[in-house]
Amino acid sequence: MQKIMVCIKRVVDYNVRIRVKPDGSGVMLDGVKMSVNPFDEIALEEALRIKERGTNIEVVAVSIGVADTQQQLRTALAMGADRAILVQTDAAVEPLTAAQTFLAVAKKENPDLIFLGKQAIDDDANQTGQMLAALWERPQATYASKVEISGGKASVTREIDAGLETIEVDLPAVLTVDLRLNEPRYVKLPDIMKAKKKPLDVTSLDALGVSANVLLKTVKTEPPAQRQKGVLVKDVAELFDVLKKKGLV
Amino acid sequence: MHKILIVGEHDGKTLNPATAKCVTCAGSIPDGEIAIVLLGSDTAAVAAQAAAIAGVKSVLRVDRSENEHPLAAIFAPQLAALAADYTHVFGPSTSFGKDLMPRIAALLGVPQVSDLMSVEGAYRFKRPTYAGNAIVTVEADPARKLLATVRVASFQAATGGGSAAIESKSTAAALPSHTRYVGAKSGSTDRPDLQTAKRVVSGGRALGSAENFKLLFSLADQIGAAVGASRAAVDAGYAPNEMQVGQTGKIISPDIYIAIGISGAIQHLTGIKDARTIVAINKDGEAPIFEVADIGLVGDLFQIVPELERLIGS
Ligand SMILES: Cc1cc2nc3c(=O)[nH]c(=O)nc-3n(C[C@H](O)[C@H](O)[C@H](O)COP(=O)(O)OP(=O)(O)OC[C@H]3O[C@@H](n4cnc5c(N)ncnc54)[C@H](O)[C@@H]3O)c2cc1C
Ligand SMILES: Cc1cc2nc3c(=O)[nH]c(=O)nc-3n(C[C@H](O)[C@H](O)[C@H](O)COP(=O)(O)OP(=O)(O)OC[C@H]3O[C@@H](n4cnc5c(N)ncnc54)[C@H](O)[C@@H]3O)c2cc1C
Repeated sequence: MQKIMVCIKRVVDYNVRIRVKPDGSGVMLDGVKMSVNPFDEIALEEALRIKERGTNIEVVAVSIGVADTQQQLRTALAMGADRAILVQTDAAVEPLTAAQTFLAVAKKENPDLIFLGKQAIDDDANQTGQMLAALWERPQATYASKVEISGGKASVTREIDAGLETIEVDLPAVLTVDLRLNEPRYVKLPDIMKAKKKPLDVTSLDALGVSANVLLKTVKTEPPAQRQKGVLVKDVAELFDVLKKKGLV
Repeated sequence: MHKILIVGEHDGKTLNPATAKCVTCAGSIPDGEIAIVLLGSDTAAVAAQAAAIAGVKSVLRVDRSENEHPLAAIFAPQLAALAADYTHVFGPSTSFGKDLMPRIAALLGVPQVSDLMSVEGAYRFKRPTYAGNAIVTVEADPARKLLATVRVASFQAATGGGSAAIESKSTAAALPSHTRYVGAKSGSTDRPDLQTAKRVVSGGRALGSAENFKLLFSLADQIGAAVGASRAAVDAGYAPNEMQVGQTGKIISPDIYIAIGISGAIQHLTGIKDARTIVAINKDGEAPIFEVADIGLVGDLFQIVPELERLIGS
């Protein structure tokens, strides 16, 4: 094991209350707090733990996004990534384009492992890792809640609807992580200072030979149907009566 | 005409109800013809179940020993080959479909619409983003094959009574050996399945221990409900992961959802927006769960739950 690549996406912070623009053209993003996708922090944490258990393993954080995405990559460097690559673009990057871009980076970097989040909490697509694995013609282990690496293989426990499943994949492989894999470390101030000196290369989709085709056109964005505010009952007896009347118990 | 291929989900014995929900979704594609494809080591039993779903024209069986376990790396090349004859390929947005469908899409070089929640046209769909806080209408290019996962909570299961033709298929797709199934651990239970249950009792961090979760199991058993949990409860080890409801857990649409000691974080609410009736029991009258609950009761769950159980039993 020599190199681990981790995909880091800049997303609206999970605490932000999302509002749809009145004209239906999208969600309001002006001035909202942006963060590293929570799943990607977990992905990076796992890569760092593997690095710390081994010797001479390099962790490379990669992102696709606007110039300000450097902020999220600096966070990744402060957490402990060795270097970062920003594929800078203002274009809307669909999962297939993101996967093609990561493939181009992977072909240059030749990582043994690529970690991604299982989904980005903005578009919730849950696609990029699987698409990257297909294009790279390598194994995928999605929704990882436990990862063990040994002898050129990864044994991965996956969170599936029925419970937990374990699969074994040959490296190199693409892993997407679930919430319970680990708890990401907090970044300390000295690490933020150190991160400023770590290399962060900026490249472009063009340089990687990828074009950001829009294959899915978003024609409208609207708020979800609102639920009516309900009633408060005063005690258990009344709760039971209401449930019974509605035939719910 | 639109030819829609649905990737059926099953465990070798039973067809997952998510498949019949995909059929309902596919049925709203104008001028469509629906086929279900089943991969497995022996799909005879599940093929018969699939053939009985109303609205299905044909059922394709792809039986081979490598297909015993649903590994995306093994399934995807076969399905990409079979997709040639279809305009649309749908799978359920279960962990099976979410893992598999993007891999097929990438092999075909086409985009995927995730969590399709309503059909507005053969190439126009609605899907949720930002944990369900923004619903987008997306339009795909009719010149390309369309891959999608279907948000199963948005569709009723298609009824029975169909009699589709069953045929065996094979493909020449080369299968990789780099991915191997090792084993599975599932909390086998006699309770209804969380994803399809009509009634769900769900607990949060407030339960405080796995031991206390038994309070909920007891109530659930009394009313024939499945049991769910918030992420906080799962993270704390009070409940197993398959019980998690929400943005990153299960998205469910029961007739009644009883949230007990759950605050109502947006990530949790995403999972229950389609519940017909939401009941909330929480000691904090300001908890956000009350903003979406149809019926709320402010108070201590450790008093309320046993008393409710007693009243139901009497
Ligand atoms: C300015 C701008 C405008 C956009 N407008 C639209 C629009 O109108 N319509 C539309 O459909 N989409 C739009 N997008 C793209 C959209 O926000 C998603 O980025 C895209 O659809 C990918 O989906 P996802 O992130 O949910 O993928 P997922 O498959 O859920 O992501 C899984 C994982 O892949 C990795 N990943 C994915 N993308 C990136 C990335 N860019 N950088 C690093 N890692 C990544 C992360 O590890 C992530 O956890 C826009 C993007 C930008 C930057
Ligand atoms: C990326 C991401 C994804 C997430 N995905 C999910 C998801 O899929 N599902 C999910 O659930 N969460 C998810 N979360 C977590 C979510 O934000 C909340 O942290 C979580 O839902 C809180 O769980 P809770 O309501 O049980 O706990 P808390 O928020 O701690 O709420 C406990 C509640 O119990 C009440 N209470 C305490 N004692 C009693 C008592 N004796 N009687 C009655 N009431 C009592 C309190 O008033 C409080 O309202 C996600 C978070 C992130 C960042």
